[in-house]
Amino acid sequence: MALEHADVQRAAHLARLGLTDNEAAGYVDDLGRILEMVDKLQSLNTEGIAPLAHPLDATQRLRADEVTEKDQRDHFQHCAPAVADGLYLVPRVVE
Amino acid sequence: MHDKTLTELARSLAAGEFSSRELTQHLLGRTERLDATLNSFITTTPEQALASADAADTARSKGEAGPLSGLPLAYKDLLCTQGVRTTAGSRMLDNFIAPYNATVVEKLAESGTVSLGKTNLDEFAMGSTSETSHSGPTKNPWDLTAVPGGSSGGSAAAVAAGLVPAAIGTDTGGSIRQPAAFCGITGLKPTYGRVSRYGIIAYASSLDQAGPMARTAEDCALLLSAMAGHDPRDSTCVARGVPDYCAELDAPLNGLKIGLPREYFGAGLDPRVEAAVREAISVYESLGASVHEVSLPHTHYAVPAYYVIAPAEASSNLSRYDGVRFGYRCDNPTDLIDLYKRTRAEGFGTEVKRRLLMGTHTLSEGFFDAYYKKAQQVRRLIRQDFLDAFEEVDVLMGPTTPTPAFDLGANMDPVSLYLQEVYTIPANLAGIPGISVPAGMAGKRPVGLQILSSHFTEARLLNIAHQFQQATDWHRQRPAFAEETL
Repeated sequence: MALEHADVQRAAHLARLGLTDNEAAGYVDDLGRILEMVDKLQSLNTEGIAPLAHPLDATQRLRADEVTEKDQRDHFQHCAPAVADGLYLVPRVVE
Repeated sequence: MHDKTLTELARSLAAGEFSSRELTQHLLGRTERLDATLNSFITTTPEQALASADAADTARSKGEAGPLSGLPLAYKDLLCTQGVRTTAGSRMLDNFIAPYNATVVEKLAESGTVSLGKTNLDEFAMGSTSETSHSGPTKNPWDLTAVPGGSSGGSAAAVAAGLVPAAIGTDTGGSIRQPAAFCGITGLKPTYGRVSRYGIIAYASSLDQAGPMARTAEDCALLLSAMAGHDPRDSTCVARGVPDYCAELDAPLNGLKIGLPREYFGAGLDPRVEAAVREAISVYESLGASVHEVSLPHTHYAVPAYYVIAPAEASSNLSRYDGVRFGYRCDNPTDLIDLYKRTRAEGFGTEVKRRLLMGTHTLSEGFFDAYYKKAQQVRRLIRQDFLDAFEEVDVLMGPTTPTPAFDLGANMDPVSLYLQEVYTIPANLAGIPGISVPAGMAGKRPVGLQILSSHFTEARLLNIAHQFQQATDWHRQRPAFAEETL
């Protein structure tokens, strides 16, 4: 499946990744070649094969609904770029 | 001291030949002198190391030392270490001081080991040369014009150069086994779920697994015994007893059935690598094993399937780097979208962006079934290939990599580089364990023999690797770089 400049810009937006037009052009080329390599998969008949999401076919383990972690907000916020009063600061979202 | 294996060092410490402090000081000194050339460490932690060494020496004087007490090691800088910078080789986490320890770090610290610091890697473990690191490339101690492999290249180079007797790596598509092969050391990727992933910076969660990198299989057994086991903090880590991986090392190999996958000896395999690997297999025959040709028919679909699944999982995992909670943040964002987009544009390097774009594209509306679902179906076929093969033979053997280490700065195009992972990726997709052991040289550059076995048979795998190392001395070879008298 061929890849267009617009596909790369769309993926970049979905991934919240800033790209200049020049950079995007480079990735059109790279990703195009990677997708060409990946397209080999299409030659295999996989009808009726269940997708394998986990190598041991394990399912999500459940545990009792109990609080097991203590509140470490201050500790974890030490590594945040900007906090005030225990809250993370971001540019204004609501005018 | 720096020439000894972990097991030999344990004996010397127990016999009082030297203290953990003396050993730690010696290795820190070597690192200070040699690593300016090698760049295998991103961060060294001499003060913490000496404090841990003293604690181990004190425990020993009280008769409280365990098998790993006082033994130095290093962690790939992908494992969170509380209070110590944890960068993932990325500008994104250049300033990140982990607020907690990975479970593996916690377990090994409780065993009394001494961490010398954090080793270099490809950014977010995405690469096979260690050249994509924000901290600059690591060199291969066997040949300073070669890469050490990746992504755990710093761990492999540091062990090979005698800066540390063992290091912890992670393996998503070969990132323990390939650098172990390129640097002439032993590296084990355990079964998926054998070792906790908690606190290990995620790349592709259904493939990532941490494991030991050291000189010998015996050393890897010692470390795995301490690393493995159930962890309530990682729901994919299996609740299954941990055997003493050292207990079976001496078992004889009479009657062992070795399978040689014909797809692992085809086009693209360097003849020097093939010759070394075939020679290693003949050593096994002399030890009583029989050799059988087998087929893993979907081998050549593994790299394409991996380069859908791994980037897809990465695009989800790396969405957490948003400039809000930790890590890099761009200057003066105008709004929230600008904050996200510029933080990520400035914080991530080219290869990481390539994989994020690839993963986001293949997961996006209209493409999901053709790529992600298809790759997961193929993943099941690849796993089935192994399950079928292990009905016929006990283990599989072949080269770890098609060629010896690449030249530093060769700047290969992404697809060519990805295709070099053809022998290591299938084990990650299937979740089975694999080990690379030194098996010869191609000129100045080492060659690795890969041994693969069925889920949760690490004890047998280590036994088989250990027996080879009892019969050969490739694992005892040292690069001239490490002999430098400084």
